[in-house]
Amino acid sequence: MIDKDKIQEAMQTAIDYSRADQTEVLVSSTSTALTRFSNNYIHQNVAETNVSVSIRAVVDKKLGYASTNRLDAGSIKEMVDKAIEIAERRPPDPDFVSLPEPRPIELRDLVSKLTVNYSPKERALDLQRLIGAVAARNLTAAGAYSTGYSTLGLANSLGVNAVETISEAELKTVVMSETSSAFSSAIAVNVNDIDVERIALEAEETAIRGQNPAELKPGFYTVILSPYAVADMVSFMAFAGFSALALQEGRSFMKDKFGQQITDPRVSIWDDAYDPHTIGLTFDFEGVPKEKVVFIENGIAKSVCYDSYTANKEGKKSTGHALPAPNPYGPMPLNLIMAPGDSSLAEMIRTSEQAILVSRFHYTNMEDPIRTTLTGMTRDGTFLIEDGKVKMPIKNLRFTQSIVEALSKIDAISLDRQLKEGILGPAYVPWIKVSEFNFTGVTQF
Amino acid sequence: MKDLTSLALDVAKTYGATYADIRIIEKQSESIAIKNGRVEELTASTNYGFGIRVVADGSWGFAGSFLVDKGEIERVARLAVEIAKASAMIKKENVVLAPAQAIQDSYKSPMEIDPFKVSLDDKLALLSEAEEIIRKTKGVAISTASMSTSREKKIFANLEGSYIEQEITESGAAIEAVAIQAAEVQERSYPNSHGGDVATAGYEFIQGLNLKDHAPRVAEEAVALLSAKQCPSGEFTVILDGSQLALQVHESCGHPAELDRVLGMEASYAGTSFMTLDKLNKLQYGSPIVNINADATIPHALGTFGYDDEGVPAQKFDIIKNGLFVGYLTDRETAPVIGQQSNGCARADGWGRIPLIRMTNINLLPGDSSLEEMISEVDDGLYLATNRSWSIDDKRLNFQFATQIGWEIKKGKLGSMVKNPNYTGITPEFWKSCDAIAGPSEWRVWGLPNCGKGEPTQIAHVAHGASPARFRNVKVGVGR
Repeated sequence: MIDKDKIQEAMQTAIDYSRADQTEVLVSSTSTALTRFSNNYIHQNVAETNVSVSIRAVVDKKLGYASTNRLDAGSIKEMVDKAIEIAERRPPDPDFVSLPEPRPIELRDLVSKLTVNYSPKERALDLQRLIGAVAARNLTAAGAYSTGYSTLGLANSLGVNAVETISEAELKTVVMSETSSAFSSAIAVNVNDIDVERIALEAEETAIRGQNPAELKPGFYTVILSPYAVADMVSFMAFAGFSALALQEGRSFMKDKFGQQITDPRVSIWDDAYDPHTIGLTFDFEGVPKEKVVFIENGIAKSVCYDSYTANKEGKKSTGHALPAPNPYGPMPLNLIMAPGDSSLAEMIRTSEQAILVSRFHYTNMEDPIRTTLTGMTRDGTFLIEDGKVKMPIKNLRFTQSIVEALSKIDAISLDRQLKEGILGPAYVPWIKVSEFNFTGVTQF
Repeated sequence: MKDLTSLALDVAKTYGATYADIRIIEKQSESIAIKNGRVEELTASTNYGFGIRVVADGSWGFAGSFLVDKGEIERVARLAVEIAKASAMIKKENVVLAPAQAIQDSYKSPMEIDPFKVSLDDKLALLSEAEEIIRKTKGVAISTASMSTSREKKIFANLEGSYIEQEITESGAAIEAVAIQAAEVQERSYPNSHGGDVATAGYEFIQGLNLKDHAPRVAEEAVALLSAKQCPSGEFTVILDGSQLALQVHESCGHPAELDRVLGMEASYAGTSFMTLDKLNKLQYGSPIVNINADATIPHALGTFGYDDEGVPAQKFDIIKNGLFVGYLTDRETAPVIGQQSNGCARADGWGRIPLIRMTNINLLPGDSSLEEMISEVDDGLYLATNRSWSIDDKRLNFQFATQIGWEIKKGKLGSMVKNPNYTGITPEFWKSCDAIAGPSEWRVWGLPNCGKGEPTQIAHVAHGASPARFRNVKVGVGR
């Protein structure tokens, strides 16, 4: 593990050496290992140690970027020179104001030494339990089990200086029978919080229930979406519209909607890196502390998130949501949270005359970001509910549906929420029940 | 470098590896993007490291590090063996590799103009003149021009005696116009969407794209889309342009033909495949005019190389022959399952990741028609161009693609422009409905620099040759 002192030393080398008007240095150090299994055996098993040093140099409002994965002083100085050389040879950016000034940061340092040092043998022992349980029920498991850590250091010549480490363990599995599949996963800072038996059981139960699915005609149905599907949906929504850059460029669905009711009043979505249920850094990739930003409150469009560039453009303060510079996406929320409701999965099922229960989405993609039209497939367990009971498994369906419209037709939201992977990282979200969800196709399994 | 590769292989063998290989890779890259008249990105980066892959106790282990020195190579080689021994705690059978020749050779991708020797001023000027045309077109809200260049130098050595040096240079560029009006966002790009077109070539490839010549059309079409009529819904005869077909081939033929996916090795991530082992040489995948091959030897194509990341030479072979499914993409681990030798598709995303089966250049071979002739034979249909979004199920059967633009075809002629087109289908039904493919003069290779697969995720650079083709009874305008 590369210690924080080494990262501080690398950052200081860059700042001290640079002759630019302003200099920013980002150092990240990662050590991760991942054991992958399929057909009830380990088929891939890897470990990687890497660093990266990225320099942003500002000379007369001209910005240059250079990066390397070498940590020695000579390489760092070479990258500083390269970033300055690039900056000097490009035209000035009239909209650039300054790199951010330092602000106090309350670091969380979510680190478990156990996770950092977890060995390949320990991962294999855990997987023996999972695969053993699955095989005992004549099912087949595939999946990935990762452990490791990453440390991010960020400093600039105005005095910003922060270093934070996060360890993360993630276990996910797809359990299959001849005619069905099911998914289960968990993410935690401490690998001891990964409940292997629970993950195995959840997937086994769904895989067994999902065997021999029948075909259901596509159309508009009430749908009950799992936290896996909701995390996917909400993070696509955030990607399309919760960034100040998308708003400033006029391509966010939030534009001209602030203060207006855009979804059901029970829907609130925000970003909060300090929420105890999330895992994430407490500062962004410019060293600005992450603020809680509410995007939708009781169905009303409230705000978007900012980095220093988009904030300066509007005379605002950055909310601490910068991604590594440069990037075409602008600021992004990486710790999404959706408010709970007062229902439960059992109640959603019990109160449904007819509905489709979706365990997970697959290969979702945005067709129209302004209408938030998302298409994708269901996967790993899709069920028809009739008269308050799960009636039968059905073949996977394709949906083509506006997310904002779906969130306007909420029937119920669960009290229970779970941390599940979305396209912007883990999101903490509930089960939701939505009416008139547009299923537009069906597949053969 | 031979002292380092020998050390890695010796240490791995000493600690119990029965097979070992090492790849040492240095990559240099540069990205430039101009957006709305402002240089948004100008980045130079370098990346260096090594990865050691071993078989010990009959199972795989891999470890990689950024620190290329003797001490770290020893540590990482021992770690790779330790990982392999942990893998062996849950195994079914010992890994058996298809035999491969020990090769000592080198390969360098051909180029005319070294992109790293072209001045920054020239690069900025080339992008600026195209971007300015787009920006100054009335109605355009976002104008972008970008280019990327990279050079990867890699050394591969294994315990079987191979030692291969390769140097691959890539160059690519793109322009894009976005027009926005009230609740409407429309985009057009050239030469393709999602990063444009990229080739294993020098700066001459970027010059040859003639970005500024295409900028007026791209900008005008983006603006015109705002007031175009909506794409109709229903079943139509559809003609797809080559770039959209490239992605159609990628998602519905390239991925399902990867033998590791077929064998379930990707089940927990992007899924498996409908092209199961029992379907080889039996499945009528498409109509008899559909021929799809893999060819890692096409000069300058993005999926072209000398040797794959197991040291197997680049090859050319059929996947679909006269509509029949006849071949998989394989590597040394999977080829023995179907009684074959590797056809050279094992590739890794840099030094820190293991080789997986990846597409090379997967091509829909040209037919004997032409775009003009295909249009002239359609009474009521659509011509759709340039991908906007893509989605396909986890066995690669049910797909849905949206394109940036479309035109009606009425009584054998191109008619009005339509916006927000999308189409959906089931893979074999769709390919069986293919009744015409344009000929060699309209065939070209499209580089795709963003193919994702595996855990941890790896991005591969692949390519697809295609010319426009026609499909009957396609469901269009889905979800309206």
